[in-house]
Amino acid sequence: MNAVTRPLLAVEGLCVDYHVRVDGRRERLHAVSDVSFELTRGQSLGIVGESGSGKSSIARALLRLVPAASGRAYFEGRDLLQLTGRELRQLRGDLQLIFQDPLASLDPRMSVANSVAEPLRAFEPGLSAAERRARSTAMLEAVGLSATQLHRLPHEFSGGQAQRIAIARALITRPRLLVCDEPLSSLDVSIKSQIANLLMQLQGELDLSMLFISHDLGAVRFACSRVLVLYLGRVMELADREQIFRAARHPYTRALLQAAPAPTPRLARARPRPQLSGEIPSALAPPSGCVFRTRCAYAIERCARERPALRALGDSLVACHRAEELASEPELATLAG
Amino acid sequence: MPAMSPHAPQAALPAANTQALLRLRQVRVSYRSASGEPVPVVRGVDLDLAPGEILGLAGESGCGKTQLLLSILGLNGPQAQLSGSVNYRGRELLGLRAAQLNAVRGARIAMVFQDPVTALNPYLRIGTQLIEVLRSHAKVSGQQARERACEMLEAVQIGDARRRLSQYPHELSGGMRQRVVIAMALMASPEILLADEPTTALDVTVQAQILSLLRQLCERHGIAVLLVTHDMGVIAELADRVALMYAGRIVEQAPVDPIFDHPLHPYSEALQECVPRLDGPPPRRLASIPGAPPDPAALPSGCAFAPRCAYRLPVCDERTPELLQATALHWKACHYEGPLGRLRDDTT
Repeated sequence: MNAVTRPLLAVEGLCVDYHVRVDGRRERLHAVSDVSFELTRGQSLGIVGESGSGKSSIARALLRLVPAASGRAYFEGRDLLQLTGRELRQLRGDLQLIFQDPLASLDPRMSVANSVAEPLRAFEPGLSAAERRARSTAMLEAVGLSATQLHRLPHEFSGGQAQRIAIARALITRPRLLVCDEPLSSLDVSIKSQIANLLMQLQGELDLSMLFISHDLGAVRFACSRVLVLYLGRVMELADREQIFRAARHPYTRALLQAAPAPTPRLARARPRPQLSGEIPSALAPPSGCVFRTRCAYAIERCARERPALRALGDSLVACHRAEELASEPELATLAG
Repeated sequence: MPAMSPHAPQAALPAANTQALLRLRQVRVSYRSASGEPVPVVRGVDLDLAPGEILGLAGESGCGKTQLLLSILGLNGPQAQLSGSVNYRGRELLGLRAAQLNAVRGARIAMVFQDPVTALNPYLRIGTQLIEVLRSHAKVSGQQARERACEMLEAVQIGDARRRLSQYPHELSGGMRQRVVIAMALMASPEILLADEPTTALDVTVQAQILSLLRQLCERHGIAVLLVTHDMGVIAELADRVALMYAGRIVEQAPVDPIFDHPLHPYSEALQECVPRLDGPPPRRLASIPGAPPDPAALPSGCAFAPRCAYRLPVCDERTPELLQATALHWKACHYEGPLGRLRDDTT
């Protein structure tokens, strides 16, 4: 593989387990099982799935906030999962994270200017105080805050402004990979689109690669060029954005798209009622074979017996025994307006 | 039709339903700030709820929609100052003491909150909590109450109802818990359901199930629903009629189709354009509303939306627009009379 086509991040067979107590017994919960994907420079990959599907666990394991049980995650050729503490600290500036709740990710007693400048102390210790100030002021202006607001405390800002500050703090070290874990979920509708636009603009300007974790399919369609669909810790489908939104191959992807609220009441009435019954099962007792089969309208006997491998079908990767048969069903036509 | 006074939105009801079940007039809610100044969060709202209809009360956080909902049952808390009128079937509820309100709360008008975890008592079995609702309002035997509880769990499509009665809330998934909360609200056969963001804490797949369930229950039992939500998608899925709130006032009110087909208020248009869609060509950027909703303690003079509005006129900073009838069923509070559509042009 040469340097041009080598992905920025290549994840292979990532598994994350948690130890939990159930009725006093220690049990192992498989939160993420055998997840593989690649992310090229400047690309954004959306990770979608219901709560409990393992979206955040992938992000946390890649950033070493939780240990991975197995797998590899090559960032520019170095396995993130094998780095020593010192090596990891050196790389932290390249890997940054934005959380759902911006106020929880900022120190309530530190001025915004100091919060944003703080990562520079750790990652670029050679900078003078004046240089740090210049960099943080420029960064805060880039996210749309004015110089007069720099000495305020986080609680003086609205949710949208606080998320702008969190973005500035994440980007000040000029990272190459930005992990966004539900970055828009706590924001009001009118603010959500401001922040989504800002993220996209900065991504383009800074040539950032993004992992964009969200349950909001509209936001993912706007922000991501590729989408990974996760269910109970396993990849169901991985494909380019328009492939997912126009011709999803996996029954779960289709069910997710169908469950999203329609944009107008006319489309809501025209659409078939939700197909997906029940809820995601406990990761402590995943179904045999295909983990989605207990909620799948297309499940057959083979699905209980044999776990479908993630395989190429057209331009998609899909884990479903019946993907070929379903590909010809024009079910998604009803979604289009 | 003759010109109507701004405070007579009865005409906004479908003609057949002139008998409103619930009639709110000039409802105001305010709190005292730390400095003792009154901070208005609901600023004079008129609203009618007809029997069997689903009225969506939409708006962003802080617009006063939840405070308005709470004012109906006097649940705003001791710090709140309430005025105006909340009339339920000819009976004035606003100003009643808690003991008097308790005959209405849960029995005639029930409430479903956003978070099913906090709405249920973790120490009590599901059955105990369901039965308590009924026995506090009606003289029924334990056996009858138990039967009713089973019936209601089945009505909200919880299988194996008898076994569920002896389970605790933590043994149920999030979607199941919200079904239990809805079953609890239905126990005493209310006429009105007040639902505050009933699906916001749930995944979209479960949200779709709960919305479909609410629709069925309304149709089957003829319950009227006042649905509070920030999500125009939920409005599109469930509401018959919509009242859109901004900064403590209703800025637009109409049946659901005209609200989406021809929004008349710039805020209404903007809210719809902001939401990224799953169909059509992917946008290069999203429409957005600049700034943030105003602080209720420091409202701008004139129209509260003017500082963020793409259609702002000089008059908007001077006079607060009244909610006026624009067409037979469509009311708006906006000085601008020209065509909307600027936001759509902005992104293509």
